Amino acid sequence: MTQNASGGGSSPESTAGGGAGSALQGGDALLQVRGLRMHYPVRGGVLGGRIGSIRAVDGVSFSLRKGETLGLVGESGCGKSTLARALTRLETPTAGRVLFEGKDIASASGAELFRLRREIQMIFQDPYSSLNPRMTVGEIIREPLAVHRLGTKEEQLGKVRDLLETVGLGADMVGRYPHEFSGGQRQRIGVARALALDPKLVIADEPVSALDVSVQSQVLNLMVRLQRERGLTYVFITHDLSVVEHVSDTVAIMYLGRIVEQGPVDQIFRSPAHPYTRALLEAIPVPDPRQRKDEAPVKGETPSPVSPPPGCPFHPRCHHAIAECRSTVPELEVMETSGADPAHAHTAACIRRHEI
Amino acid sequence: MPLLEIENLEVGFDTEAGFLHAVDGVSLEIQEGKTLGLVGESGCGKSVTASSILRLVPDPPGKIMGGSIRFAGMDILAMPREELPKIRGKDVAMIFQDPMTSLNPVFTIGKQLGEVLRLRFGMDRKAARARSVEMLATVGIPDPEDRIRSYPHELSGGMKQRVMIGMALLCKPKLLIADEPTTALDVTIQAQILHLIRELQRETGASVLFITHDMGVIAQMCDDVAVMYAGRVVEQGTVADIFERSLHPYTRGLLASVLRRGARRKADLPTIEGVVPSLFDPPDGCRFADRCWKRKGLPPGEQKRCYDEDPVLRPFRGGRVACHFPVDGIENGAGT
Repeated sequence: MTQNASGGGSSPESTAGGGAGSALQGGDALLQVRGLRMHYPVRGGVLGGRIGSIRAVDGVSFSLRKGETLGLVGESGCGKSTLARALTRLETPTAGRVLFEGKDIASASGAELFRLRREIQMIFQDPYSSLNPRMTVGEIIREPLAVHRLGTKEEQLGKVRDLLETVGLGADMVGRYPHEFSGGQRQRIGVARALALDPKLVIADEPVSALDVSVQSQVLNLMVRLQRERGLTYVFITHDLSVVEHVSDTVAIMYLGRIVEQGPVDQIFRSPAHPYTRALLEAIPVPDPRQRKDEAPVKGETPSPVSPPPGCPFHPRCHHAIAECRSTVPELEVMETSGADPAHAHTAACIRRHEI
Repeated sequence: MPLLEIENLEVGFDTEAGFLHAVDGVSLEIQEGKTLGLVGESGCGKSVTASSILRLVPDPPGKIMGGSIRFAGMDILAMPREELPKIRGKDVAMIFQDPMTSLNPVFTIGKQLGEVLRLRFGMDRKAARARSVEMLATVGIPDPEDRIRSYPHELSGGMKQRVMIGMALLCKPKLLIADEPTTALDVTIQAQILHLIRELQRETGASVLFITHDMGVIAQMCDDVAVMYAGRVVEQGTVADIFERSLHPYTRGLLASVLRRGARRKADLPTIEGVVPSLFDPPDGCRFADRCWKRKGLPPGEQKRCYDEDPVLRPFRGGRVACHFPVDGIENGAGT
């Protein structure tokens, strides 16, 4: 594999047997996603037959090591939330594998799926609509424990109190209702509920996007502390690159259902290879009036996933596009590796990645 | 003379939970051709202040209870209601976070743009249409000849916001009020919209009141900044003063909690402890006192002043601040 060839030979994994399979299984990856696709039918015509498909997620692969955070970045419609739903098996993928500790969530069923779901929990963006308004905070956090029949009711209530303390709300809040809390406090309730089953992996879909900046930093501090204390692994989905830079170990940038660049957070932010990643970084308004920019930003909008452009999906908006970009679909290629661990390779899907 | 001058504005709402004093003595001014940023967190009263300028606060339950708003010499709060259309959408245009607030879902884009031109400039249908197509192209809408026949729901959020801005530009307003116009948009689209607003300003010399919670947008767009907290302006100054030498402990706290490129990963971020006080029953003294890192470091006698005595917005070192003990030097309360 290219990764092994150009990667540092000092790493023990790189010498252990050649095949792609063994390299991908190597290290301590908690989650390995392989060729994940999520296609939805588009119906039309007089008979309402299938006339096409929306490729919401179109061949996504990545690895995530235990205790680390993958920042998944992209703008509306890039497929990042659909990907989250596939990872938690809220929806069944059209194709591909989602290996959690080597077991495939994408094809699991029955008792095995029920057990796997305990290990993977989700935190949602909107703390206003993701909590049942008619349940007390105690009931909301206890619900997953009751569903999975973990412990006696007394043990469950004790756990709920511990969790409320852990997220900084206080055990005496147990009988209150969601509407009695501010946005930031509600997101703490969401975090407590996600942790009730002691999951190994937490998928957080825009967890701080609806919060004011001073509250946002409180919730980020909480999530970082919980990761440190409990060895949690996060997939952190957001459109906000500043948040991603702060919380992530590795980053994947999505555009129209595909990952266009991924790698260690420092490499992505210091030497972005894909023109889309660069456009995203340049578009962040810098909070410093001495660093004003006024050049014309990237043009146009994300095309519809129903009729994606041929070739590179970003070419119609790309300043660097050449004729070949309109016909060749670029694959993720290794830019530079950080050892042989595929979870930490820097890859980009751009045919001009070395010249621009 | 400033183009817009707001003095001691008081706005309240009758709600089921009681009387909410949303804006409590706000004073602001915007000079011709300048951009004033109005920044603050949810519920601080920044949007209500902005809506008051065109008397768009819904009454009831809302009520503008006092103060004055002077625009180009006119006293807006004293104007008879039937005269308001003379300034709305003409000398003063407003764009909102949700463009559907001002786009009518039952008319095509072309009809809505054309109406502005016919009413404002007395253009005939054909000329108005040509000018509308031209404007759609200016704001970056592809195939404007086709798009002019679209209804608002057929456009993406970014496209609708462009149409809104196009409509605002057609009016050639003296003042553009932009209330979180890019908050719901993707970052690449936000960059395009901000660029567009800057170009409008360069071409027409319009003043802009830019309302946002995003310090990055403030730094990129504004000449002057007013920081609001719990229904009041707590600090006002030039953008350089606010970012480099802010005087109010709240402003410093807000700036400290902004994520910056290249900061240490996963390190504890500075936060502002506590919550905003209720505007149903605001405290007597400084509204920020309970959360204030600066107050915590003062001797008890001086702390008492923070709790007892309401600080007024007063001139201080070239800016204005509502704090008994303005911040000096580089302290920012980070980590406390």
